[in-house]
Amino acid sequence: MSAPDSAILTDDDLKGTNLDGLKARPLRARRLTTVYVYEAPVRLWHWMTAASIVVLAATGYLIGSPPPSLSGEASSHFQMGWIRYLHFAAAWIFAVGFAGRVAWAFLGNVYARELFFIPFWKPAYWKELLDEVLVYAFLKKHVKTVVGHNALARTALFFCFTLTGLFMIVTGFALYSDGTGIDSWEGHVFGWVMPWLGGNLSTHFLHHWGMWVIILFVMIHVYTVSREDIMSRQSLISAMTNGYRTFRDDRPD
Amino acid sequence: MAVLETFYDVMRRQGITRRSFVKYCSLTAAALGLGPEFVPQIAHAMETKPRTPVLWLHGLECTCCSESFIRAAHPLVKDVILSMISLDYDDTLMASAGHQAEAILDEVMEKYHGNYILAVEGNPPLNEDGMYCIIGGKPFVEQLRRVASGAKAIISWGSCASYGCVQAARPNPTQATPVHKVILDKPIIKVPGCPPIAEVMTGVITYMQTFDRLPELDRQGRPKMFYSQRIHDKCYRRPHFDAGQYVEAFDDEGARKGYCLYKVGCKGPTTYNACSTVRWNDGVSFPIQSGHGCIGCSEDGFWDKGSWYARLQDVSGFGIEASADKVGLAAGGAVGAGLAAHAAISALTRARYKGDDAQ
Repeated sequence: MSAPDSAILTDDDLKGTNLDGLKARPLRARRLTTVYVYEAPVRLWHWMTAASIVVLAATGYLIGSPPPSLSGEASSHFQMGWIRYLHFAAAWIFAVGFAGRVAWAFLGNVYARELFFIPFWKPAYWKELLDEVLVYAFLKKHVKTVVGHNALARTALFFCFTLTGLFMIVTGFALYSDGTGIDSWEGHVFGWVMPWLGGNLSTHFLHHWGMWVIILFVMIHVYTVSREDIMSRQSLISAMTNGYRTFRDDRPD
Repeated sequence: MAVLETFYDVMRRQGITRRSFVKYCSLTAAALGLGPEFVPQIAHAMETKPRTPVLWLHGLECTCCSESFIRAAHPLVKDVILSMISLDYDDTLMASAGHQAEAILDEVMEKYHGNYILAVEGNPPLNEDGMYCIIGGKPFVEQLRRVASGAKAIISWGSCASYGCVQAARPNPTQATPVHKVILDKPIIKVPGCPPIAEVMTGVITYMQTFDRLPELDRQGRPKMFYSQRIHDKCYRRPHFDAGQYVEAFDDEGARKGYCLYKVGCKGPTTYNACSTVRWNDGVSFPIQSGHGCIGCSEDGFWDKGSWYARLQDVSGFGIEASADKVGLAAGGAVGAGLAAHAAISALTRARYKGDDAQ
């Protein structure tokens, strides 16, 4: 086992590499351990879902609170028509992506399953969760590195993304069946949702709340991912672009 | 009480010509959305079937269902339905009263056990053993249970009987309860609305008489032929909605031009009813046509679903009331500020850090 700072390179280490002849010190040259975590379908799904969430939240907000009234002939505009079309198109992308992502949980690597459950029966999970909270409370400097998601991230993802996303898909299709009719497949499959949630208007209301939950989640997600990428012992953003996670040190703790 | 008279017999006895009778059958077929080939079938049923006894009970209600019913658009429909179904008991409309009236109820229940239709207007309050609604000295819920026990089917007239309506609105002190939560062992047809459209009411009865079966019902027990589409789906102002042209206030240019009432709280997009197709008062108009949004009176619990003049429900408990968007924006702002503060502290911590390669 090499010591943590053995990853720092000297001028000699650079000999015979692409950096041959350069000084190691001013370059802060290091050799880091990299692991492949997020496979291509997961990354593709992530960015597709991110884009669809942006479209869904924007158009969804406008469906609830439409822009100022347009003048002129009704036949010369289709503003709300387009807003709703974009919402439904993005919703289909989100829903199909979600279904594909569920399938990939079975087909992909072990990290592809982390989104769909919390290992609440494992003491290690609770320990890790507490450690992460302490890090965010500035009471602890570093925690153990993890290949996939840390316990805090996993918990937030499970509740605020996976469950809320599923709720949005189910209520979304139920509301969509308003337009396609009660005898459509949406009506048959999701017709139970609205009576269960207290009616059509209540379903709209909860669907609207779901949007805010996801918006708040996205804000926190973007912040913590950027922060972790800068401050933690592992890379975050590049893991979701090229799939490889880099550890900044090889310390065992 | 004429027992075995058919509809046709009664109509002829009342001086309705054969020609008017056939016209009525055609109109009924059209109202039910049936093709012309069903006209002879309706006529045949009217000519041969004995009249179905209907017992019409009134619980906690305002009689708006009856008021609507007696205004069934075509005069012939009114004449026919009021005398054709054997409306043997309806304390609002019948001539007899008191013990005489109650005696008829018992007589029909006994004579036509298992064959009469029970129409319920209003609902029973269950609190204090049903003492909030007394009919003939006894709680209405007892009368309802008694009459329902021998009924072939039950029609829940209006939003009261179907969902509870205003007397069941929060906090519902009398515990007014819709019929289907009290009577659990009979087929129940819900005809919600406050009140339901007259032609929808007569249409449901005519369908049951003609085909001798219940109309096809949706998941909530409403006849599909009248409640399978939203007001919004057939609204003549729908093009303005799709275009993005709304009434912003009731006295603006958009209101004068008949734009979509979505922004002033129209519940058409969330309300299943036939108002935008059948309309009211012989097809004269309906609320949206008169410039006011739909209030969603045929939907479950419409009194408790927020303002009639706003689409987005208020959230109680935040201040007095706030919209989901206000709460969401406030939460977003709070989270944003929290993240900024967290980022600032993180940066300060980081500033003391010398880098991964510090030796």
